[in-house]
Amino acid sequence: MARIESELGTRTGAFMKWIDDRFPYTETMKYHVTEYYASKNFNWWYIFGVLAMVMLVIQLVSGIFLTMNYKPSAEDAFASVEYIMRDVEWGWLIRYMHSTGASFFFIVVYLHMYRAMLYGSYKKPRELIWIIGMLIFLVLFAEAFAGYLLPWGQMSYWGAQVIISLFGAIPVVGEALVEIIRGDYTISDITLNRFFALHVIVLPLALVGLVFVHIVALHHVGSNNPDGVDIKDHKDADGVPLDGIAFHPYHTTKDLVGIIVFLMIFSAVMFFAPDMGGYFLEHANFEAANVMATPEHIAPVWYFTPFYAILRAVPDKLWGAVLMGASVMLPIFLPWLDRARVKSIRYRGWIYKTALGLFTVSFCTLGWLGMQPADDIFVLMAQFFSAIYFAFFLAMPYYTTIDKTKLVPDRVTYHG
Amino acid sequence: MTDDVDRNRRHFLTVATLVTGGAGLVAASIPFLASLKPSARAQALGAPVEVPIGSLEPGEMIRVMWRGRLVYVLRRTDEMLARLSSVTGFLDDPNSDNVEQQPEFAVNEYRSLKPEYLVVEGSCTHLGCAPLGEFQVGPADDWQGGFFCPCHGSRFDLSGRVYKGVPAPTNLRVPPYRFIREDVIMIGAESGAA
Repeated sequence: MARIESELGTRTGAFMKWIDDRFPYTETMKYHVTEYYASKNFNWWYIFGVLAMVMLVIQLVSGIFLTMNYKPSAEDAFASVEYIMRDVEWGWLIRYMHSTGASFFFIVVYLHMYRAMLYGSYKKPRELIWIIGMLIFLVLFAEAFAGYLLPWGQMSYWGAQVIISLFGAIPVVGEALVEIIRGDYTISDITLNRFFALHVIVLPLALVGLVFVHIVALHHVGSNNPDGVDIKDHKDADGVPLDGIAFHPYHTTKDLVGIIVFLMIFSAVMFFAPDMGGYFLEHANFEAANVMATPEHIAPVWYFTPFYAILRAVPDKLWGAVLMGASVMLPIFLPWLDRARVKSIRYRGWIYKTALGLFTVSFCTLGWLGMQPADDIFVLMAQFFSAIYFAFFLAMPYYTTIDKTKLVPDRVTYHG
Repeated sequence: MTDDVDRNRRHFLTVATLVTGGAGLVAASIPFLASLKPSARAQALGAPVEVPIGSLEPGEMIRVMWRGRLVYVLRRTDEMLARLSSVTGFLDDPNSDNVEQQPEFAVNEYRSLKPEYLVVEGSCTHLGCAPLGEFQVGPADDWQGGFFCPCHGSRFDLSGRVYKGVPAPTNLRVPPYRFIREDVIMIGAESGAA
């Protein structure tokens, strides 16, 4: 018995050697998985990166199966979605998985980004990880926007009308650009067809590529931690960081628990409230696109609304579009706007804590305002909170310089 | 064979290769980019449409499609026309000075060929929503009747002229049109046979 096992061992060993001579399998696994050391003191904020990967896979798989029954034409699109919902076996599940998945993807990504802001994960030497992450976020926006047109409902149509028209605000080239985006003089069958191409090929490819680069960059510099301490400063005789443990099997096992809890919440929404009371799937979108009439009240899906509220806060077409664009882009510059010497919120002073608190409240309130009708009082509120939003970023080089920070410990800590 | 590298020659070859390759890349990208423009079929759909207006009552508005765009035809009453001059002070472009927004024949207070009939595109000049017709005089904001965009709150008067201080930058666009009979409008053509 023992002989067979060892023989098997050598055969496996020989096979792995054959592979490794031709492809760096063992080396790659070690570098990225079994010998990738991440801090021991991760808290629950550190689950969202893994959850974003889970969401990406869910969206790719459910999306592939949706394309097998969906028809990207103005004539058939709405009916084909109804067909998936009613006649395709388990079609309703796959469709709701994808539509609920879009919102959960954004929940997870927003929390993942917020984690980076809490613990200064964008600061040196992780600036590129942050920038690549912001690109992922922008592509995700485009992906979600293109996807929302595909069911060809009322909100699909008029939402696209509004957002595509935004590009028309660009001086000189704007109108020509809008025509190239639509491929027509109005949003039509042609527009739907190309948005389908963007949604199922161009943007997912870009997304997967960027996620790959995001992780390669992360594994090159190593993960941050809630203390913002560099764990590579203290290594044992084998060169293993004293405060780190291997990603696999330690972090993966722990992450599995988080994934299961997450999937429980995800399933609860998917099965019992797939439209989430109109927040995940807007009610107007259960009606086929009607070119003749805009719905009384139009608003984008919740994950766009903070930026949409900023657009509406400005009573001018060009400046509204410019400020909205700026509000999406500004976080890219965080690594250079933030001049604090410490990374983590744990060792920052009251000024930054207050600023981050104000930013959090503004962002959430703007998100709520973006769903409200364009009444005067809401516009005024949106102007107020937009000002705070911009001030958080633009005044950051100043207030992070004068903020009194605490002493950062040498090694990671285990409270909180 | 010598160890000396002719750097000038190498530099020339590098630049020449890059330029030639770059030119090829640009040339090859033209068909792809051009394919994104409106196709011949999309352009052909821009044919003029005839709109019968004989049954239109005073104060009534109909919606028609032209080139896939929404067009409103509103038959204004004398009383509605009389209201137009009362709002001039609140408008951004009361005299239709922006030549992009209407054919020359519509550069007047009524922004139309015949004062009675207003023909405008039902597309808000802000971000393209379809404005709602709110033709009655309302108590709120001293409203003298006109169009209201539900998306971002832009306001236009009964001639489609934009109010000051709203997101929409320009008046509603007037498409080219003409009367081919007393009761039929042709949208999309200012002249020529039907």
